[in-house]
Amino acid sequence: MTMIAASTAGLLIAMILVIIRSFAGPTLYDRVLAVNSFGTLTVLLIGLLGFLTGRPDFLDIALVYALINFVGTIAVLKFFRYRLLGRASPGRTFGEEQV
Amino acid sequence: MNEIAVDIVLLALLAATAIAIARLRNLFAVAMLASVFSLLAAGLFVSLDAVDVAFTEAAVGGGISTVLMLGALALTTREEKKASRPTWVPLLLCAVTGAALIYGTLDMPRFGAADAPAQQHVAPDYIARAMPETGVPNIVTAVLASYRGYDTLGETTVIFAAATAVLLLLGFGRRKRGKERE
Repeated sequence: MTMIAASTAGLLIAMILVIIRSFAGPTLYDRVLAVNSFGTLTVLLIGLLGFLTGRPDFLDIALVYALINFVGTIAVLKFFRYRLLGRASPGRTFGEEQV
Repeated sequence: MNEIAVDIVLLALLAATAIAIARLRNLFAVAMLASVFSLLAAGLFVSLDAVDVAFTEAAVGGGISTVLMLGALALTTREEKKASRPTWVPLLLCAVTGAALIYGTLDMPRFGAADAPAQQHVAPDYIARAMPETGVPNIVTAVLASYRGYDTLGETTVIFAAATAVLLLLGFGRRKRGKERE
């Protein structure tokens, strides 16, 4: 129990650090990376909260969160790369980084 | 005790994120921070045992609406303009409204209190009947998907129509004409 509480505390501190980076982040990619890390930390926090409250039934939901986080980050990065989300045409827009 | 500490930290981070969203001028950063805000709210909902709500918040707020915001940003500018008028009147209005809402919560029964009016109307009925009637272990899911099935179907239709309209407005799936002009 103490170990789980200590892990939760460490996780919250990591969340604070990541949030500071996403506030301060000079470039956009710092912020994208910070949001992605924050999603991962949220997944871990949900897993730990289940054990902290003695009901680890929410682990599968944490897994679905991880999937959503991954797909969301891919969508954001794809958007930055191609400027649109539907049918990207790599032949025409490849390498045009405007952000 | 531990959960209260987690709640306090999450709420503090939520407030800090909201202030940062209000103060930042770079709209891409604001969209990213809105995603963080949704994830924090989802964590808070999980801590309050509302897993279904948390899941919706993470999927819609953290996933879809961030992408839609970015799609809207591609059609507009990336920097927010400075406010031309002084902002203390809206600030005062928000503060007064917030104070009134907090004053309104003082009369509410304690969180999770068994003698609250919300727990005494239909809730005991659902708790007694949900498992034998529907066979769904989560009572909230049983109410949403079984007892209020038509209601949920209507909500889904509304959300589908709204999503279709937003996607049409943003022009997803269509090639951008701006590329040819450049």
